[in-house]
Amino acid sequence: MDITFDQLRYTYASGVEALRGVSLAVPTGQRLAIVGQNGAGKTTLVRHLNGIFRPTSGTVRIGDWTTTDKQIAELSARVGYVFQNPDEQLFARTVRADVAFGPKNLGFDEQRASELVDAALARTALTREADAHPHHLSLSERKRVAIAAVLAMDTPIVVLDEPTTGQDERGVRMVASITNELAAEGRTVIAITHDMDFAAENFERVIVMAQGEVHADGEPGEVFSHTDALAKAAVEPPQLMRLARELGWRAHPLTVESFVAQLAKKPQ
Amino acid sequence: MIRLRGVSYAYPDTANYVLADLDLSVGQGEVVGVVGASGAGKTTLAKIIAGFIPSIEGGVLSGDIDVNGVAISSLTLSEAVAQVGLVIQNPFNQISGAKFTVLEEIAFGLENTGVPREEIAERVQAVAKQLRVDHLLDRSPYALSGGQMQLVAIASMVVMRTPVLVMDEPTSQLDPGGSRMVFDIISQLTDLGTTVLIFEHKIELLREHADRVAVLADGRITAEGAPRAILSDPRLEKWAIGTTRYTRAGLAARDTGLAPVTGELPVSMPDAVEFFGPSGKH
Ligand SMILES: Nc1ncnc2c1ncn2[C@@H]1O[C@H](COP(=O)(O)OP(=O)(O)OP(=O)(O)O)[C@@H](O)[C@H]1O
Ligand SMILES: Nc1ncnc2c1ncn2[C@@H]1O[C@H](COP(=O)(O)OP(=O)(O)OP(=O)(O)O)[C@@H](O)[C@H]1O
Ligand SMILES: [Mg+2]
Ligand SMILES: [Mg+2]
Repeated sequence: MDITFDQLRYTYASGVEALRGVSLAVPTGQRLAIVGQNGAGKTTLVRHLNGIFRPTSGTVRIGDWTTTDKQIAELSARVGYVFQNPDEQLFARTVRADVAFGPKNLGFDEQRASELVDAALARTALTREADAHPHHLSLSERKRVAIAAVLAMDTPIVVLDEPTTGQDERGVRMVASITNELAAEGRTVIAITHDMDFAAENFERVIVMAQGEVHADGEPGEVFSHTDALAKAAVEPPQLMRLARELGWRAHPLTVESFVAQLAKKPQ
Repeated sequence: MIRLRGVSYAYPDTANYVLADLDLSVGQGEVVGVVGASGAGKTTLAKIIAGFIPSIEGGVLSGDIDVNGVAISSLTLSEAVAQVGLVIQNPFNQISGAKFTVLEEIAFGLENTGVPREEIAERVQAVAKQLRVDHLLDRSPYALSGGQMQLVAIASMVVMRTPVLVMDEPTSQLDPGGSRMVFDIISQLTDLGTTVLIFEHKIELLREHADRVAVLADGRITAEGAPRAILSDPRLEKWAIGTTRYTRAGLAARDTGLAPVTGELPVSMPDAVEFFGPSGKH
């Protein structure tokens, strides 16, 4: 299910112009990372996908739908959105109830719903916390509940707003493998992140946003080599690319493996 | 100055102790970084030092918790707030809800402290500039992006000039430039004598800015020492805390015979330049 943003502009009621003409096509099954400075408009952009926001001008299409023609409830069958702040998303008294809300609301039969909930809890390592009150969990645990709640909706498009924030290494690796598994199933994954290493290692495309516009767009190796555009967006390249540049290499290693392979080629 | 001895804690209606016999000290003007896995008890520890636990959340707390030589339990919550500024983990929850503008929000904590009006105004302007939120001062504190809200939350604590600052993942929502800026500000504060305890997942920045680093696992401090030594320990992977890509590359280079097997692994970029560079060890 392809996504297109066409000349999207969004101005908050207070007058802040958060998006100043964003045009972007995201094909089915792509893993897209959105990076960029605080206040760039990343959250505002993705909130148009499930209808929380409606364009001030321009259009957003999801498959054959134009978002303005659809209710939030309809859009949620196609787009699952994990909020940046889990406390804004979660509301139920148990972890299980929070995760079960989406599939129930989408009208799945009871058996399918409960299978999806169990799978989502297992995938996010929350099975043991199923009966806990979300308020009795730590923030990164609550963020995982928010991710589980969206996985259980089984949508063709999954949008993750800073999914690795506050996660420890195990959590970051979990989000990375979820991303890759979803894409392998043909789903589209869009993730907003400030973790450039996570973006470089797990996404095939990266866009850089600043001041309501897209400033760079392409494969991670290419995008992260535009150091000027990155600096304007308060972004820095992933660690090993920064190191390679500092060492005077021409290569742009995105992973530990490619860094070491490059190292092996150098005369000792 | 912070001094914790034998601190144990269990939340209300729970049997297991989140913290068990924990010792940790932070000297005046020092910045100590604490790393720990998800659910290790970082936020719990931060709230204990600030006096929010047990006064607000209840539970069973034991052990000595001294701030600047005074037991935190002997202070009222408002006295504790004058000693320890706590930047809480979710910036959204730090916003008071009582104020209409970012300017008023940052000034809020100072209002009842007897600081003269003109001085409050000056301090708020200076801190807003320092944290680069001065262009947001007229906004509603809720009409902000996540990262902007986090900067406002930090500003509202820095403006208080408490002798001790406890920061619970203060850069979690920030872009790379903003994260570096916050660590630079922390260094400026400690130069002026502020004592800082910071809970943080950004290992590269801790390596560059912390005086010491401690590992929180199994309810206590399981390792403590110089940032590079602690943060390059491969056991950090096992503890789910993780290491930087520089450390992982250093380990992988060792495994393939491309780097010497002794000596400290790199944690930050300067470490790595020295480790891998032409003038480095190999
Ligand atoms: N409710 C709101 N009312 C008015 N302006 C807002 C509101 N929410 C966000 N903004 C403004 O819109 C712009 C874009 O905000 P957005 O939340 O999309 O940024 P972001 O790129 O997600 O940033 P971050 O990385 O900090 O989460 C910012 O200038 C922000 O101040
Ligand atoms: N109010 C509460 N009641 C019961 N248990 C709680 C409560 N708050 C937290 N816990 C539990 O205590 C443990 C420590 O939580 P804490 O929030 O201190 O972890 P943390 O290290 O800050 O984690 P994170 O990295 O996710 O922020 C977790 O297992 C959590 O589920
Ligand atoms: Mg955002
Ligand atoms: Mg925490």
